[in-house]
Amino acid sequence: MTTLTGRLRIGGQTIPRKYVPVLVTAGLFVAMFAAGSVRYEAFGTGQVILNVFVDNAFLLVVAVGMTFVILTGGIDLSVGSVVALSTMLAAVLLRDGWPVVAVIGLVLVVGAVLGLGMGAIVHYFEIQPFIVTLAGMFLARGLCYTIATDSIPITDPSFTAFAQATIPLGGELWITPSVVAGLVVVVVAAYVLHYTRLGRNVYAIGGSEQSALLMGLPVARTKIAVYTISGFCSALGGLLLSFYMLSGYGLHAVGMELDAIAAVVIGGTLLTGGSGYLLGTVLGVLVLGLIQTIISFEGTLSSWWTKIFIGALLFVFILLQRLISARRTGARST
Amino acid sequence: MSRLLGHRLFWPSAVLAALLLVNVVFTNGFLNVQMKDGHLYGSLIDIVRFGAPLILVALGMTLVIATGGIDLSVGSVVAIAGALACLRISLLGDQNSVGGVLGAIGLALALSLVLGLWNGVLVTAAGIQPIIATLILMVAGRGLAQLITDGQIITINSSPYKLIGGGYWLTLPFGIIIVAAVLALAAFLTRRLALGLLIESVGGNAKASRLAGISARGVLLTVYAFCGLCAGIAGLMISSNVSSADGNNAGLWIELDAILAVVIGGTSLAGGRFSLGGTVLGALVIQTLTTTIYSIGVPPETTLLFKALVVTIVCLLQSPAFRAKVLHGRRRRPSASARPVPEEKKASVSA
Amino acid sequence: MTEPVPILQMRGIDKQFPGVKALDGVDFRLFPGEVHALMGENGAGKSTLIKVLTGVYDIDAGAIELEGRPVAFSGPLAAQQAGISTVYQEVNLCANLSVAENIFIGREPRRFGRLQWRVMRREAERILASLDLDLDVSASLSAYSLAVQQMVAIARAVQVDAKVLILDEPTSSLDAGEVERLFGVMRRLKEQGIAILFVSHFLDQIYEISDRMTVLRNGTLVGEYLTRDLPQVELVGKMIGRELAALESLEDRRAAAEQADAAAPLVEADGLGRPGAIEPFSLTVREGEVLGLAGLLGSGRTEVARLLFGADHAGSGTLRVGGVPVRLRTPRAAVRHKLAYCSEDRRAEGIIPELTVRENLILALQAARGWTRPIARRKQDELVERYIKALDIRPADPDRPIANLSGGNQQKVLLARWLILQPRLLILDEPTRGIDVGAKAEIQRLVVELSDGGTAVLFISAELEEVLRLSHKIAVLRDRRMVAELDNDEQLTTDALTETIASGGRS
Repeated sequence: MTTLTGRLRIGGQTIPRKYVPVLVTAGLFVAMFAAGSVRYEAFGTGQVILNVFVDNAFLLVVAVGMTFVILTGGIDLSVGSVVALSTMLAAVLLRDGWPVVAVIGLVLVVGAVLGLGMGAIVHYFEIQPFIVTLAGMFLARGLCYTIATDSIPITDPSFTAFAQATIPLGGELWITPSVVAGLVVVVVAAYVLHYTRLGRNVYAIGGSEQSALLMGLPVARTKIAVYTISGFCSALGGLLLSFYMLSGYGLHAVGMELDAIAAVVIGGTLLTGGSGYLLGTVLGVLVLGLIQTIISFEGTLSSWWTKIFIGALLFVFILLQRLISARRTGARST
Repeated sequence: MSRLLGHRLFWPSAVLAALLLVNVVFTNGFLNVQMKDGHLYGSLIDIVRFGAPLILVALGMTLVIATGGIDLSVGSVVAIAGALACLRISLLGDQNSVGGVLGAIGLALALSLVLGLWNGVLVTAAGIQPIIATLILMVAGRGLAQLITDGQIITINSSPYKLIGGGYWLTLPFGIIIVAAVLALAAFLTRRLALGLLIESVGGNAKASRLAGISARGVLLTVYAFCGLCAGIAGLMISSNVSSADGNNAGLWIELDAILAVVIGGTSLAGGRFSLGGTVLGALVIQTLTTTIYSIGVPPETTLLFKALVVTIVCLLQSPAFRAKVLHGRRRRPSASARPVPEEKKASVSA
Repeated sequence: MTEPVPILQMRGIDKQFPGVKALDGVDFRLFPGEVHALMGENGAGKSTLIKVLTGVYDIDAGAIELEGRPVAFSGPLAAQQAGISTVYQEVNLCANLSVAENIFIGREPRRFGRLQWRVMRREAERILASLDLDLDVSASLSAYSLAVQQMVAIARAVQVDAKVLILDEPTSSLDAGEVERLFGVMRRLKEQGIAILFVSHFLDQIYEISDRMTVLRNGTLVGEYLTRDLPQVELVGKMIGRELAALESLEDRRAAAEQADAAAPLVEADGLGRPGAIEPFSLTVREGEVLGLAGLLGSGRTEVARLLFGADHAGSGTLRVGGVPVRLRTPRAAVRHKLAYCSEDRRAEGIIPELTVRENLILALQAARGWTRPIARRKQDELVERYIKALDIRPADPDRPIANLSGGNQQKVLLARWLILQPRLLILDEPTRGIDVGAKAEIQRLVVELSDGGTAVLFISAELEEVLRLSHKIAVLRDRRMVAELDNDEQLTTDALTETIASGGRS
């Protein structure tokens, strides 16, 4: 009996269909980089890519948390606000003379607790994640403004030292400690998703929550965990942003939830859950960052083209997802 | 029926009344409405006037939500409509030419309608979940608005255009008249004509509606187009009020306030029964909340905190799970958790 | 014959739901290494019995023993841990995960918390090999057909050292080759000494695979039989509740069959079919004719109705309405040709629960007119009043949400929804199921009136008496095939009909 193997044949090589979206994104990234290198002088260097990491380390971390949530079929609109709240908390506490370690610890705990609370409401009261995290978004932004309405500069010496530190990679290449932090988060998260039961349960719930329940998986614990992870990642992203900006401000990271969602979707993760890879999210963030880089190299192109390009990419990738999932259900119904 | 309606609108009405009462206590002469130069003035009038764009967007959103969908792109459409109208007017030789202004308005509203249709096509023809389909325009639309204004804030000086958001007609702020007209139009389409019945039917049970011979496609396209149009009018109003178009900030987060207004007004996010009156009440609650916060001297930035509180409370009260677990204290058997969960995915596959 | 000790024994099980006694003193036993079929029509209590066994429901009275020890499970998980695994008709796995993961998720092999993928894949291959299955265990489950997914579900079920395996309608969406493969797996499990409880609506399959069967009817035990001792005709008789010898004579209106033959054909299906749902069939319904569709649950009755109404797309064949070829892509197109369809699933596919009786009643008419042409309020009142009175819908309050009405009254509202449109063909799928006797009689009377008035009716029911009493002609379905079309003349009795259903028209 012949069975469908779910593989695409490309030039004698077979590729599981589930990797196709990630490969498309990777191809897109390579094509954009190649086009940029041909078109602009000084573009085709490693440092351009490293700068994309440097400028988007906080987005990368936030998008990692978002990936967990979206893989379960949920969504987290609160991430941008939690990032802002974290910069605010850090700035205020440092101003008041708290030790750096305590500040970092507290910020991370606050982010995780906010996520935990939202996850619990989503699961136990069966309210759509969209609405719960919308309330979380209002709450976190509101808390920012109750702390202070102005931008608060960060002058703590160890913070500024960390913010200005660079790590040379040999040659002309360098990165910042934030990039290292971001990559560590990616690696840990990838390990969790691939090699732990929590990670596999995340995928299972995204595939079918009802089946996951019937298979005896800890659905409640897992769902709450992903929102907690997302809250934690947002707080960490907020800390990285406060290194980058050296200030705390309630208007930081406005709309970052959209960038994070866009990065995840462009990275090939299904918004309905159950399918996607962290590598894709990394590529999604890189693609977003590279769009900005190209537009700044272009000079004459204005910044709003970024949004239009991102919207167009979203459109293409969502249609691609529809096609892939339509083919899948087609195969199943035979 | 009337009893049911009374029940649905009881809570939003009560919250609105309570907020107004707080204002009466804190502000002298809050309820006074005066006639100055043949125009009506007063805090109550201001609440409706400043709330007008939100009411408009929320009215369109109500119909979309009643079909079981959602439209995240309204904020972007607000910005695009305002930007296009102001751009056209700024290019006029005489910015006060009524014909030119009407042309600009017509163009902006036509574009809003097309953008709404675009959402509708993505939802019906491509079968994409509404929240995802409208996310595309939400992201790209901001860029489009800035593209139209070339990243600048377009300032115009056009008295006919100023009328929409800042003018008066028959002693009333013109914005209030527009809201009344759109509300009347929505009520006419849904309650006088039969659009409302078909919307509630599709939102209430899509499968049964199909078997009853309803073409959901036509209903959905109409509803998304109407939602786009409402957002467009709101965009004109906002830009007219300040005589300028800001592609970046006009209508920012208005989609969230609009969804909130719909939910407070008693329309379920799951679709089905909707209440235009409830939505108007919900939008007024949000606007009054803002006014109240100003008048009692709390920093205005904390509005968001109150909103978070209101969203949470309203949604918890609407959640059957919350009512079962907390209000009635009913404990479910562990095995009951194995019951099927409502899955949006299923619906989209079978549609 | 020396009988071994049963591994599972249920005695005197009672289960009461509000208003219904779902199980009344039912006994059931299951032996190791046998395939035991649980038989019964809709509402007989099969699924209640399975749910009681797996702890989804509590029992009101009776005892359950597993390996001689009394047990009471708190839910399917507890049952599974005790060795009772269930595989449902809809595959309850995660199609996005790999085959190996679906077998192991929740109990993956780990070392220091790290999943051991290689061990998992090897073990999965071993388990599948023991069931004679050769799959790529790292491919995602969605790459495989439903049949293979079903078998992966079975592999998951037996991986936990299952002693009892419940297969609840596993074959309902499989084709013949896939069913054979599934049976191969079941035979392997049988050899391994696992007891299998098997539910299926396909009689041929039951006779091919099962060793023993228990028949339920209306929540009571009819009996336990060895499959080889019970001929198919007798089985069908026991399921439907008619002892062949003691059939009461029926008062009916079958004489009109010849007259109806003369009427013009209204709907003609020629070779209409849909792969996986119903094999191609041909059928003619004439004006004023009541055509009955008889067959057991799952025999393809509803599938025929849905194809005729355009609710599903036909894979083959042609359809003519009033002599003109038509392609019905949507129900809307069918309504335009004056066809109407009342689904058997009143809740999911009939009523709009939030809306009022009035709104539900005028829905199809309004849909046909389009939303720009509303029905005037006075016209609405007139229609609603007329049909509430004509069908005796209670309470007679048009502004009450339909969800608050009883099942029978909801059914009447749905009928009225279509009658307003004055359809030429009314398809009624199980219109009398689950409603009270009074409403049932009224609906039957209505069918007769409609037919006398020239409307064609396609009447689908599991109750053979009802079909016989109302129909001019009867088409018989079995295992997704239309096996016979019979004139409802004096010779046709429930006996003969039962015989046809059981034999598939072969004898």
